[in-house]
Amino acid sequence: MAAVSVDSPEESEHLRKIEGYSFLFLCDDKDELIRHWDLVHPKAGEGGKDIARPAKFILDSAGTVRWVNLTDDILVRARPEEVLQAIDTLHLAEPTVRQ
Amino acid sequence: MKQSWNAALWAGFMLVLVGTLSYQYFFIRFPVTRDFPWANLLILAIAFALIAVGLRRAFGRPQAYRGKIFGPILAVLGVCAAGFFLFVVFYFVKQVPASAGAPKAGAAAPEFTIPDSLGRPVTLSTLLATPFQSNDWPQARTSEYKSNGLVLIFYRGYW
Repeated sequence: MAAVSVDSPEESEHLRKIEGYSFLFLCDDKDELIRHWDLVHPKAGEGGKDIARPAKFILDSAGTVRWVNLTDDILVRARPEEVLQAIDTLHLAEPTVRQ
Repeated sequence: MKQSWNAALWAGFMLVLVGTLSYQYFFIRFPVTRDFPWANLLILAIAFALIAVGLRRAFGRPQAYRGKIFGPILAVLGVCAAGFFLFVVFYFVKQVPASAGAPKAGAAAPEFTIPDSLGRPVTLSTLLATPFQSNDWPQARTSEYKSNGLVLIFYRGYW
């Protein structure tokens, strides 16, 4: 699992340490990934910065997207149980053919 | 006869503040009160009921209750606070872009290379191929475990 935001590596590492998270943090501080994947929320960040809109993806080991959650309400996110259930349902050990 | 300070008005107003502020500091932590702020709506309903009682007393029995001036002021302030809260929670947070171009189920996820929190570049291919934990992914043991895939979570950031 990896968490992505437009925070700089320093900011992300700070968050990771103070919360005690052990998963990987990726830092899209040039907004390249969120632009490429069309996940920009324009001017929604502190100081009018473009940030990522909330989104969750499950990919299989071949890199095919198997599940997407694009919430339309910032306060309502896919719960961990939902993601885990989706992973179970998808039988991710068998990757599908890329299109 | 001594005029009461009209506790209902003050209590109602304080409860409006509680009803609005408690969402971001307390109720937001629990999915059941976060996804739909019913607890806050309940507190606000009680708050405005108290304000209504206080206003009725102030205007209906002014010899017994104060509040013909500060009552309406508190009521208006309360309505503004509650109105702002409702605007944020029912409208503002739903203004999220449609992101129609985002990768869809069944499509190949586009490759990327971005730094991790220690500044080291990571590619999607590496993430998919290598089972990893935390920031030790470059040294990820050549293990007998295969990566089954990747959960990628985009969040708004930490301010």
